[in-house]
Amino acid sequence: MSADTPLMKEPDASANPPVDGSELIRFDHVTKRFGSNTVLDRLDFSVSSGKHVTLIGPSGSGKTTILRLLMTLTKPEEGTITVDGEQLFPAPEKQIREVRKKIGMVFQQFNLFPNMSVLRNITEAPVTVLGLSKDEAEERARGLLDLVGLADKAGARPTQLSGGQQQRVAIARALAMRPQVLLLDEVTSALDPELVAGVLDVLRDIARTTDITMLCVTHEMNFARDISDQVLMFDSGRVIEAGPPEKIFSDPEKDRTREFLSAVL
Amino acid sequence: MKWDWGAVADFMPKFWDGLLVTLQILALGSLISFALGLAWALLMRTPTRFVRWPVGVVTEFIRNTPLLVQLFFFFYVLPEWGVTFSALTTGICAIGLHYSTYTMQVYRAGIEAVPAGQWEAATALNLPVRHTWTAVVLPQAIRRVVPALGNYVIAMLKDTPILMTITVMDMLGQARLFSQEHFQFTEPLTVIGVAFIFIAYPASLLVRALERRLVR
Repeated sequence: MSADTPLMKEPDASANPPVDGSELIRFDHVTKRFGSNTVLDRLDFSVSSGKHVTLIGPSGSGKTTILRLLMTLTKPEEGTITVDGEQLFPAPEKQIREVRKKIGMVFQQFNLFPNMSVLRNITEAPVTVLGLSKDEAEERARGLLDLVGLADKAGARPTQLSGGQQQRVAIARALAMRPQVLLLDEVTSALDPELVAGVLDVLRDIARTTDITMLCVTHEMNFARDISDQVLMFDSGRVIEAGPPEKIFSDPEKDRTREFLSAVL
Repeated sequence: MKWDWGAVADFMPKFWDGLLVTLQILALGSLISFALGLAWALLMRTPTRFVRWPVGVVTEFIRNTPLLVQLFFFFYVLPEWGVTFSALTTGICAIGLHYSTYTMQVYRAGIEAVPAGQWEAATALNLPVRHTWTAVVLPQAIRRVVPALGNYVIAMLKDTPILMTITVMDMLGQARLFSQEHFQFTEPLTVIGVAFIFIAYPASLLVRALERRLVR
């Protein structure tokens, strides 16, 4: 396994092997339970800077939980998570806020703020968190709206937009914080089929033209194949197989992976 | 019994005085109940139970005891401790406090109705907690609860005559005084009854219109 691809270890491997220079995200022995249900079981994995990593696997296998842990929307029971050399769990609130600046997230249900205009949705955090002036933030926001093909919707309310448009605004909102990592949590699952392509095109564009690290949970296998440097196959809270998309999609090693792919492809 | 328009005419100057007091109670009482109710609702969301517990006990106590008893308590007992306000001020504060324990439940429901995804998006954008409340959660929550708050304003309007019992000269106070002086009960009581309808009914129409517009 080369050093610049997400590396997999057996759960019993050393918790703290040497850290690679380009490593951006690192999970060490992370366990997450909901009640008696163990969603992640002593998970170890890491992602190198600039890579596009797709998490695939059946529902309930813990893919979304990984994104939610990174976004600090939930906490692990055990283990440590490190982002860009700084510990995210366990860490004091102040440090969590600092690390969180490096991460952006796009949600399945968009989660735009319905009480604000599209433009304000995008400028709100850059102004209040990064301290940008209103003009700077609006300039940045308009640039991003242009990128996602919604330059004419700056003054609209989120509820006036289609789901696909809302999701593209949500992508612009996340990018406005200039995160190092973009987490994409089933971003097309809530969309009508004919709106999916527009959102995926925008993401392909971003993957191609920026050096942002992407961590993506999706059921769009063609999209995963297109943008991924690495695909991780999850089952029952463990990574059971990892590799470049060509390998995973055409010649998986594990029966479970083959079974899953034949069901979704 | 016959209807005496002359008595109506005689009562009208007193009626306007009473109406003004009733509207004053309603306006200030509503403002107190809106502000205090929001404060209670937010305090009930603090992480420490050392705040939630006392707030919960106090508001539960106020909600479950009669307004009339609270009114008498504030008017007759507080002065014994050296705290003295005018009857009107005491009445406005008491009714505002009483209704704040209802409005807090309205705010609570409104806050809980804001989807978890809104909080999560705010966290993902690293918005400070206070800013998440003021810019994201409360604007959405309050928009939803405006009609419910309006219903409590109408309920409060119908409770304002209770303040007569602590000598506040609201519409009912004026009507009773006039009746006792002139031995004419029908006309003043009818006039204020009609006045209540003229305020409450349009207000309820307004609340219904707001409901259609604001609650999706």
